[in-house]
Amino acid sequence: MAELVQHIINGVAAGTIYALVALGYTMVYGVLKLINFAHGDVMMVGCYAGYASAHTMGTTTASSFIGVTLVFLISVGACALIGFLIERFAYRPLREKPRLVALITAIGVSFTISYGFQLNLSLGGLTILPGASPRAFPEVITPADWLVVGDPNYPDIVLRNTQVISVLIAVALMAALQLLVFRSRFGVAMRAVSFDHRTSALMGIPVDRVIALTFMLGSALAAGAGVLYAIKDTRIEPLMGTQVGLKAFVAAVIGGIGHVPGALVGALLLGLVEEFVVGYGSSTWRDAVAFGFLIVVLLFKPEGLFGRVSAEKV
Amino acid sequence: MTPVTTSPVARVLQRVPVPLRGVFPFLVAIPLLACVHFATSGAPFFVILSLGVGVNVILAVSLNIVNGMTGQFSIGHAGFMAVGAYTAGLTSTILSEYGLSFLPGAVSDQVMFTLSLAVGGAVAAAFGFLVGLPSLRLKGDYLAIVTLGFGEIIRVIVQNTDVFGRALGLRGVPQWTSMFSCWFIVFLTIVVARRIAASTHGRSLLAIREDEVAAEAMGVNTTAYKVRSFVVAAFFAGLAGGVFAHYQSIVNPGSFTFVKSMEIVVIIVAGGLGSTTGAVVAAVFLTLLPEALRSIFLGLGVSSETAQLVDQARMPIYGILLVLIMLLRPQGLFGTRELWDLALFKPKGPEHFPPRPREGGAL
Repeated sequence: MAELVQHIINGVAAGTIYALVALGYTMVYGVLKLINFAHGDVMMVGCYAGYASAHTMGTTTASSFIGVTLVFLISVGACALIGFLIERFAYRPLREKPRLVALITAIGVSFTISYGFQLNLSLGGLTILPGASPRAFPEVITPADWLVVGDPNYPDIVLRNTQVISVLIAVALMAALQLLVFRSRFGVAMRAVSFDHRTSALMGIPVDRVIALTFMLGSALAAGAGVLYAIKDTRIEPLMGTQVGLKAFVAAVIGGIGHVPGALVGALLLGLVEEFVVGYGSSTWRDAVAFGFLIVVLLFKPEGLFGRVSAEKV
Repeated sequence: MTPVTTSPVARVLQRVPVPLRGVFPFLVAIPLLACVHFATSGAPFFVILSLGVGVNVILAVSLNIVNGMTGQFSIGHAGFMAVGAYTAGLTSTILSEYGLSFLPGAVSDQVMFTLSLAVGGAVAAAFGFLVGLPSLRLKGDYLAIVTLGFGEIIRVIVQNTDVFGRALGLRGVPQWTSMFSCWFIVFLTIVVARRIAASTHGRSLLAIREDEVAAEAMGVNTTAYKVRSFVVAAFFAGLAGGVFAHYQSIVNPGSFTFVKSMEIVVIIVAGGLGSTTGAVVAAVFLTLLPEALRSIFLGLGVSSETAQLVDQARMPIYGILLVLIMLLRPQGLFGTRELWDLALFKPKGPEHFPPRPREGGAL
């Protein structure tokens, strides 16, 4: 029983991070009908931006409250910028082209970022590209066990402060997003563009700006998720984005892509299922779980748990 | 009136007596390949290089049947290759212990090689059928993700199975692949791809690519054809895997990652989705390019460290290449046309029939 509770805690903590990344996929898919394959890699860039800023500040400064906030803000800013650049130079010129063209471009962007980061490149003592070897993310939040049930040496249930903090931050970010999408002028514009971008343009909505902002918003959420993930996992490497990104995408599809609360439910489900497979089965199967789950969902409910069925009009 | 085509092959074939037409390409290719085989037997480096090129050509031409002709988007081709490589490798390691005693050793080896390749191809085709089935319900991006997921699942399964040697892989697969056998399969793949394209089946595939709803309205069984294209492509990817296993002699999961699948996708996108000759040209060029660059850099006296950086830069360069192709020339090198459709080779005379699909139709 205690083991089960522990797995549920771990699963929910992992799931909320997937959820933040999944929201980026869902939002971009909502406005552009494009799977932004590079989204996971944007998250990876966020991790490295956080890593670089924490190192420049020094671990003592970075682990103060202001330091941690600054690390988050810097990585959010870096990712928003990257998201903007990707949209502006890779996706915008192709907006009226067939969807396959955009999909191939997205894969290309993802490849460029993740494998570009595997190169080792430094100019004048300044590391520009970090290289393939994994790095340890500094402990900006000192790990502590907030709740221990059972014998302190061999506890039955452990609730870590990082888990609680990441769940709280994730929930706060999602609530803010929900408010933004359904209660603000920008949200109205975003939903209008998602519905029909040509008509929205006729109604005076600056479509280009809305799409660019959506991209930046999604990337900023990914940055937040990236730093949380790095704090939890403490290990960052250039290819982590692809793995986490694909799983988050699976979560978005399971929940019904384009549906914000659906992404949360899908991500929590995925986090739990993965945790159970690793906990009760074998950790080597972890990577197959997400895809197996995805294939099953797509076969029986292709529109996802909450997605709407849309008939194809000719 | 006989239909006029621009294909030089077709024009030559029209002069060949009818009963010979089906086998004529083989009558030309087999002696030619045999000559090349014996001429290059003294140049092992060249042979190894050409085997790598050959495997990529098979993979590119077969993936082109799904991605180019049928307009589906599969990004898990390395998964089928892995299935073929492991089953063929396993079959031949088991078979090589027995041997056919009534035949001379070399002949018996080749018979068993053919047998294990066939097994690898057949099992890969069965998996192609399995993956093709979801394509009944999925389109575009979703299908791409499912094929990607399939490739990853295959890799994870292999890594967790004792028979396949887990992460270490399969060792001691007999080295049976020769210049001749590899390029004969390349030739076979190209012939089959071209004949499919020119047949009724091929026209149905092209119709699905151009407009699935319209194709269905015209009575094309879209479901059946999509699955068939997956099965054919998977079969040849399995053969490619078998060929690969029998010259590497070691098969490990690291050879069949997402990167391998993407390499093939880059090749066919660069060559032009829907163009068989484009796939061949791009496969040869993009496989040789890193090798050539490395030799050039080493020849220029650049330190081996820098040369290694060039090797590592291959993947980001593929990524940038993919984006640039999409931005500047989304139809790729040849579009949906073939080598002989280029103005350079065009014969003077009336327009060919049937008309080629419109420019960039694969996208």
